[in-house]
Amino acid sequence: MYEQMVKIRYYEDQMAEVYMEGKTPVFNIGAGTVPGEMHLATGQEPAAVGMCVHLTKEDTVTAPHRPHHHAIAKGVDLKKMTAEIFGKETGLGKGKGGHMHLFDPAVKFSCGGIVGAGIPHAVGAAMTSKMKGKDSVAVAFIGEGAANAGSFHESLNLAAVWNLPLIVVVEDNSYGISVSKKASTSVASNDLRASAYGIAGAYVKDNDPIAMYKASEQAVARARSGQGPTIIEIETYRYLGHFQGDPELYRDETEVPGLRQLDPITKLKMMLSEAENVSDADLEEMETRAKQQVDEAYQFARDSSYPQPEAALEDVFNS
Amino acid sequence: MLTGNKAMAEAISQEMENDLTVFVLGEDIGKYGGIFGSTQGLIEKFGPERVLDTPISETAFIGAAIGAAAEGMRPITELMFVDFFGVCMDQIYNQMAKIQYMSGGNVKLPMVLMTAVGGGYRDAGQHSQTLYATFAHMPGMKVVAPSNPYDLKGMMVSAIRDDNPVVFMFHKSLQGLGWMEQLDVAVDHVPEEAYTVPLNKAKVVREGKDITIVGIQMMTHYAVEAAKRLSKEGIEAEVIDLRSLAPIDKDTIIESVKKTHRLLVVDEDYLSYGMTAEVSAIVAEEAFFEMEAPISRIAIPDVPIPYSGVLEDFVIPGPNSIYEKVKKIMEDA
Repeated sequence: MYEQMVKIRYYEDQMAEVYMEGKTPVFNIGAGTVPGEMHLATGQEPAAVGMCVHLTKEDTVTAPHRPHHHAIAKGVDLKKMTAEIFGKETGLGKGKGGHMHLFDPAVKFSCGGIVGAGIPHAVGAAMTSKMKGKDSVAVAFIGEGAANAGSFHESLNLAAVWNLPLIVVVEDNSYGISVSKKASTSVASNDLRASAYGIAGAYVKDNDPIAMYKASEQAVARARSGQGPTIIEIETYRYLGHFQGDPELYRDETEVPGLRQLDPITKLKMMLSEAENVSDADLEEMETRAKQQVDEAYQFARDSSYPQPEAALEDVFNS
Repeated sequence: MLTGNKAMAEAISQEMENDLTVFVLGEDIGKYGGIFGSTQGLIEKFGPERVLDTPISETAFIGAAIGAAAEGMRPITELMFVDFFGVCMDQIYNQMAKIQYMSGGNVKLPMVLMTAVGGGYRDAGQHSQTLYATFAHMPGMKVVAPSNPYDLKGMMVSAIRDDNPVVFMFHKSLQGLGWMEQLDVAVDHVPEEAYTVPLNKAKVVREGKDITIVGIQMMTHYAVEAAKRLSKEGIEAEVIDLRSLAPIDKDTIIESVKKTHRLLVVDEDYLSYGMTAEVSAIVAEEAFFEMEAPISRIAIPDVPIPYSGVLEDFVIPGPNSIYEKVKKIMEDA
């Protein structure tokens, strides 16, 4: 988990830098190495890692528009993922999807740019698992803003009625773009809504990776053994804006530095070296390995070619 | 001899027998057999594990069909009336229609979304539209609209076997339902065995030399009716059943106007920005110099479908309006 968290953080830190290449001096969102919007997940690593460590390649994950931490934790091909974000032909979608639309069927991962839209897809995957008599599960990661969308309620009701192996992980980073959770959500936490569907709910405080690990372990076991869906809400923190370039006029300047002091990676590192007696050398080895993989992925993306323009006409239909 | 709905149900049933990954989900498609009878008898044969009644949650169950298709299943899902697309269009056009493309072809969605279209039974603006163009306009889904039981069966088999998302629009009037006006064209000889009809070919249903009339579903039948009357007056109309809206079969249309040199397009959808404009533009671009008269079109005159019978009959094109229009085109020429 530590290595994965470091990998995600390092990946996102690199992305924040690369993203600005070619966009200055006047910010041009469509220009540069990485075009388009960029939603980074710095600070939200515990949700992805605490859950995905319990999943295999056969389990399905759907993620929202802020998907890198889930993708990395699920084991999406890092090189192809980065190439996709760069708009290269070697990318997961040959440069047709970009950062919000990553699809890696090899590890059953997908994400998308429409809030709440991935939840029913996870229902479909959970349904398939049940129909085929398998014990695989489906996990839909969403932001707390999506919990107010119709797809959330329809999907959870359906999954409950059909007793499907579905887990919805709600990452509460306090904001749906700029609107605070307090102003948009009628309940203190979305796990409370589980009772509305007659399913299990769990709440994870303080962006705690260990608590997330435990809550996820239970939810996955429940789903695998045919005991139905779970909603897990995790209190997490978004250090950066909704997208890169977000002026963040909606939050107090002191908020983020305060959050950074509670950083989950630092906390986990301290815990590992104190309680688990993991040596500094071990930790360093994990960090080096993670960073090396990320560096290789970025290099691969840089070295790859852009697609031929005519390739835009392909892949509408499978023949 | 089968009605339209039985032909569809037979196609689904045979494909479910052949392929265990095929299943059906939607509102009232189980015990009820589908509001328009398209899934009659399936639950008795295949049980509730493969014929799943859903709550009124189009976003969830159409989205679930997408998720299941991505996992290698072949779901058939029903949007009860096409008019209801508003509650779930994100799943249809942002998800179902785009995932294959955005994944660079790495994700396949072999699914069928079937839906009832058409007026004629006085159910007003939220239950009587065809909306052909809305779906055909957006890339990434095949859109078909068969007009008779033979094609309903053959095209359904093709749609189920196709590796792409197919929107299968069936017309209420052509289902042969007991609670609607009984039309002869809703009953047809349908072979018992499974067969396929291509999803990209129009069909010339009546040959003629003087004018080409392109129709879809009920409009094809009305065009044939009008053509029979015109024939008595020495005007021989060629009638094309468009059948497949996306992809559209340009060749059959062009070939026909090269023979007849005149064109009338008839649509049960709205006039502006619709299928009539699309077919007209194709002919204008590719066979303009073949034409001996301006291209004409008849469609719903850009009003929602009204309730009262006199009003509905006024806005939906019928054999009379087609007949009158052709007469005028021929006289002007």
